[in-house]
Amino acid sequence: MPIEVLMPALSPTMEEGTLAKWNVKPGDTVSSGDVIAEIETDKATMEVEAVEEGTVGKLLVEESTEGVKVNAVIALLLDEDEDESALDDYTPGEDKPEAQGAASSDESTDESESGSASQKESEKGGEASESSDHKQPERVRHAQPSASDPEIPEGTSMKETAVRDALRDAMAEEMRRDEAVFVMGEEVAEYQGAYKVTRELLQEFGDKRVIDTPITEHGFAGVGVGAAFGKLKPIVEFMTFNFAMQAIDQIINSAAKTLYMSGGQMGCPIVFRGPNGAASRVGAQHSQDYSSWYAHVPGLKVIAPYDAADAKGLLKAAIRDPNPVVFLEHELMYGETFDVPDMEDWVLPIGKAKVRRIGSDLTITAHSRMVGYALEAAETLSQEHGIEAEVIDLRTLRPLDTKTIVDSVKKTNRLVCAEEGWGQHGVGAEIAAVVTAEAFDYLDAPPARVHQADVPLPYAANLEKLSLPGVADIITAAKAVCYVD
Amino acid sequence: MLSWYKDMLLIRRFEEKAGQLYGMGLIAGFCHLYIGQEAVVVGVQGALEEGDQVVTGYRDHGHMLATGMDPNGVMAELTGREGGYSRGKGGSMHMFSRDKNFFGGHGIVGAQVPIGTGLALSNKYKENGKISVTYFGDGAANQGQVYESFNMAKIWDLPVVYVIENNQYAMGTSVKRSSSETHLYKRGVSFNIPGEEVDGMDVVAVNEAAAKAAEHARSGNGPYILEMKTYRYRGHSMSDPAKYRTREEVDDIRSHSDPIEGAKKKILEAGYADEDALKKMDKEIKEIVSDSADFARESPEPNPDELYTDVLIEG
Repeated sequence: MPIEVLMPALSPTMEEGTLAKWNVKPGDTVSSGDVIAEIETDKATMEVEAVEEGTVGKLLVEESTEGVKVNAVIALLLDEDEDESALDDYTPGEDKPEAQGAASSDESTDESESGSASQKESEKGGEASESSDHKQPERVRHAQPSASDPEIPEGTSMKETAVRDALRDAMAEEMRRDEAVFVMGEEVAEYQGAYKVTRELLQEFGDKRVIDTPITEHGFAGVGVGAAFGKLKPIVEFMTFNFAMQAIDQIINSAAKTLYMSGGQMGCPIVFRGPNGAASRVGAQHSQDYSSWYAHVPGLKVIAPYDAADAKGLLKAAIRDPNPVVFLEHELMYGETFDVPDMEDWVLPIGKAKVRRIGSDLTITAHSRMVGYALEAAETLSQEHGIEAEVIDLRTLRPLDTKTIVDSVKKTNRLVCAEEGWGQHGVGAEIAAVVTAEAFDYLDAPPARVHQADVPLPYAANLEKLSLPGVADIITAAKAVCYVD
Repeated sequence: MLSWYKDMLLIRRFEEKAGQLYGMGLIAGFCHLYIGQEAVVVGVQGALEEGDQVVTGYRDHGHMLATGMDPNGVMAELTGREGGYSRGKGGSMHMFSRDKNFFGGHGIVGAQVPIGTGLALSNKYKENGKISVTYFGDGAANQGQVYESFNMAKIWDLPVVYVIENNQYAMGTSVKRSSSETHLYKRGVSFNIPGEEVDGMDVVAVNEAAAKAAEHARSGNGPYILEMKTYRYRGHSMSDPAKYRTREEVDDIRSHSDPIEGAKKKILEAGYADEDALKKMDKEIKEIVSDSADFARESPEPNPDELYTDVLIEG
């Protein structure tokens, strides 16, 4: 049997990529370590090395093929004692689920890294199992702007944009607009960003304004604060917010509190941004949602957008804001694409939630990646149970748009708060308290919370899925507050 | 020399008064006095240009007076009154003046070091020819963020002078007990940052070293470290009984190395002024300080409406 060469996963979150180039042709002899192909993902181009020795028998995927699934068979190698006739005998292994990736869209395999929700749904056998995290429902992709957002002039075209590019565009536009804006962080310049969010900024703005720092979060967060006191407008990128724990003293004690402690003299116009929340199979230290940590602190503004339009409009607003802003992105959303209005200056208001789905039976609040789950849950609730959920994307966690939430609950009389982080002292706890205080007489059921299991995030695939909240959990909570079995 | 003497004396008398007000219950919380260390901040300030920034830790009263901040405003902040620099919301450890380029007043040990480094980054970015002077103590010198800052300051050749005020004790722990390398000016060696030890009890020596360091930083050569060997006469804070050192040790330094007595001797020897003139000066300073204490007592407490102001900049 020929040796199968499989499409490799080049990052914890990669699910597919483009086979850009073959460096070998049939008949070539390869040894392990030889570069046989180049693969492009949305983040980078990487070389694929042979892991076994042999003669290239057949290339199964042509150059420039997009969307090649991880673990698909891309080539066949012939062993020393084999000749081309072995290729004729080859049939794709039926007992190898990973090899099916190329031909089918078996989500339970391909989504195994990040699709906790889809896994839970398929276990449940619900209709939502058809969709994965990475295929947003139609209404999400074309979500209508909320009343608080700037009007989009008629005739404005929509541009399909990945979240990472929307963030990049926001920074580039603000850097063009204001000479005082600059970016600093680990690998933001020459490497083009660990998650490619700062791609090509160095080329446009130079190393004075796109600054690679050493791996020194506590130090460079403080340097950013000092630069902001010196009237610059730093954007400090943390490779992930997990590493910002090293810097949290500077974020809270220096950036957030100094305006107050100085009687209003020491404004600190700075943005701390980077991916937050659970990534995929990276264990507890690299998978944590800091939403409630920062949202707890007066003196900060805290933003956690869901789609690309909000990511762009809110990051631009954050950069212009005279206060320190913690901007929580989500690694698993970077590659998602959404419509962004193709406008010269798309800036959204900080502190305004967005009603993403109108409903009359209950209110679901969510932010960041959980918004997608909430919308999926709402569709299932509608189709399977006739329950119409109103889905509120919080967008900003501090200041929290309590009016939009409370108004919604006064209409629906039921509340489910969904978040990716831990429940105790969490965002949902805060919302439940606010709603209980301000709309107690309107509630027909106690508010319910959906959140991560109260454990450090486990590494094992099955435990990770059990730990993270997903669509099924939201559905269960929604049915509970509606007293539906 | 006379003006340095006057500045040092102002700090000394101000701090004595602050200690007195603390004892009377008018100043609360933590209050860290600068008595004994006056030559450091006065000598350094004399080497700076208009627009250079100063940032320090929590033992900050001397720095504020040296940068020209109003003693009334500083004392009223100590008493937590409306007339204070932070309108009573900061206290002893958290005072600022954008007008005088004084950037605090930071209560977390070592936190001012990256901040001062960031101020230097803003100077280089704006190409304004200004330098940042970042003060910290021998205690802060063991904080990790100090070295993170050293590294970045040298990578980017930022215009910053790090002034380590080595007063020998980090609260109650002597440098010998806390530091594997007790010559703190050498702490920049592995970052290629030059450093030197300075007699921090001699205002002239401090000024000369600071002028050299400032020139180094201002002319694009990057950071410079000055270790000022100094001594605080009082406890770490007002509530520190200072049992970790002997009375004799303090008395010995006070009688042999006092920066103000030293300057006075030089002034008299050189004939810059006579005893009577210095006495007159002392009297004037006592009046300034006494006025500041009166102001700090009479200034009202902040209006309760101030509770919710200055959390965020609106608009």
